[in-house]
Amino acid sequence: MPVLKVEKLTKSFGGLMAVHNVDLDIYKGELVGLIGPNGAGKTTVFNLLTGFYMPTKGKITLWKDGKQKDLQGLKPHTICNEGLARTFQNIRLFKDLTVLDNVRIAMHRNVRYGLLSAFFHLPSYKREETKLLKKSMELLKIMKLDHKYNEYAKNLPYGEQRHLEIARALATNPTVLLLDEPAAGMNPAETVMLSELIGWIRRKFDLTILLIEHDMSLVMKICERIYVLDYGMVIANGAPDEVKSNKRVIEAYLGEDVGDA
Amino acid sequence: MKEKRKKIFGQNITKTILALTLTYVIIQLLVYTNIINSYLQITLATICINIILAVSLNLITGFTGQFSLGHAGFMSIGAYACAIITLKNPTTTGFVLGVLTGAVAAAIVGFLVGLPTLRLQGDYLAIATLGMSEIIKVVFINLDKITNGAAGLSGIPQFVNWTWLFVFTAGTILVIFNLLRSSHGRACISIREDEIAASAMGINTTRYKVIAFTFGAFCAGIAGALYASYFYFIEPGLFGFQRSIDVLVIVVFGGLGSISGSVLAAILLAVISTYLQALSEIRMILYSLLLIIIMLFRPQGLLGSKEISLNFFKKRGKLFPGKGRI
Repeated sequence: MPVLKVEKLTKSFGGLMAVHNVDLDIYKGELVGLIGPNGAGKTTVFNLLTGFYMPTKGKITLWKDGKQKDLQGLKPHTICNEGLARTFQNIRLFKDLTVLDNVRIAMHRNVRYGLLSAFFHLPSYKREETKLLKKSMELLKIMKLDHKYNEYAKNLPYGEQRHLEIARALATNPTVLLLDEPAAGMNPAETVMLSELIGWIRRKFDLTILLIEHDMSLVMKICERIYVLDYGMVIANGAPDEVKSNKRVIEAYLGEDVGDA
Repeated sequence: MKEKRKKIFGQNITKTILALTLTYVIIQLLVYTNIINSYLQITLATICINIILAVSLNLITGFTGQFSLGHAGFMSIGAYACAIITLKNPTTTGFVLGVLTGAVAAAIVGFLVGLPTLRLQGDYLAIATLGMSEIIKVVFINLDKITNGAAGLSGIPQFVNWTWLFVFTAGTILVIFNLLRSSHGRACISIREDEIAASAMGINTTRYKVIAFTFGAFCAGIAGALYASYFYFIEPGLFGFQRSIDVLVIVVFGGLGSISGSVLAAILLAVISTYLQALSEIRMILYSLLLIIIMLFRPQGLLGSKEISLNFFKKRGKLFPGKGRI
């Protein structure tokens, strides 16, 4: 059963077809990679899925708890609340806020008290904030960031900032998680740790993950299925080994040694 | 965990109440014994009104990150509403009704203006809000029958004394402070930090921008109402561009994103300008020089985005997690 289905997704910027008739089927519990040369339109696909760009045409459908929901044309915050969370290629944490606040903000939609209670700190404020605090600390503990809860996000080492961004995305309680180049800028040792983390959170949170990655070793190692994008179009899709030996993929990556990875 | 929770929920309520009562009683005593004479009382009123304006503008600009130059416009709505109502009904009930009507009217205008203009960002929003406040001014000048046009309204009954000033000022500070320590307040702050990331985390950014703007306008309406009732006389020219800038100066001077900074700056600037009255000719030059010097040495404002806490002297007082910042 698919959990995310994309049909004929197209986005044109003036005369440029950034994404052209892209079809994706992501099934529950899968870990799918989205690869392609620079400028192939990978991040554009993410921006379309999460509502930051309006699709020129096409359909995006998400299944959550057996219910079907069309996402195209919705605002980013609505899409997030429907269960599609993302991270960013260039880390976008709330830098001047603490680690704890970064996570608490992402949990905002679960907070059940109104403005009046916020103004006067009525009993519901205290009850809900205590609950929120407990849940955030639990999540930080899982992500091994709990000892730094009071640290500014900007003061974390690079690797931990990436972790925090994933933690923050998890805080929105997604069914599908979109990771945009999670290993960018990491050294090989950190990349290995990251790939373990991704596999682990997928089981722990019962997630379906779609990730964009340049690091072929990571993609080939952890992804069960791969979509290859070039010039905005899907040129191949299948298991890592199939994709690796696909002629069109090798052509698209001309100069890059896919076979080695 | 208990320590952590205390750190996160901030200091206890009793201390806050104690500090507030003390402030009220001391100033009341000083007024009663005439140490704060009638001249200094004008400064006191100015300080309180400026605190309300600055703290509420800080909510919009310093915390939510929306650059607004229209605060004087909202203030004038509160001032006119309160003036008109108390002139017709010169009783305490009339006054309270006037303040509330003024605040609500300002909030409604804030909401209506905010909905379309908050799509704009940075300089564009500043220009739009500036235009809005000029439009409000022109409307008041041209509504001759109700507002007496450019000549303004005079003889407004004075109900405002230290007690009322204290109630509204402390109330505004507390409510905004509480809001910022709630999940809704954090949603506002996340917009300042990174609007795109905030919306990707499920925050309805438009909603929270409008909430901050509307509530800021509400408070500015209160400030305007207090102004009208304290100074007997209002005319549209009092609520021009210059006043919006004055408030902005207090906010920037105190530190964008610091409530206690705004309070401190409002007090300091009022005191400085009161004491400079003696040097009438060069007063404004000195005032401006002082601002330039302070901005050169503290570009982040007096307190940056930190807060002074009641535990300040224990050297560990943190109202907010994260080294005193929100």
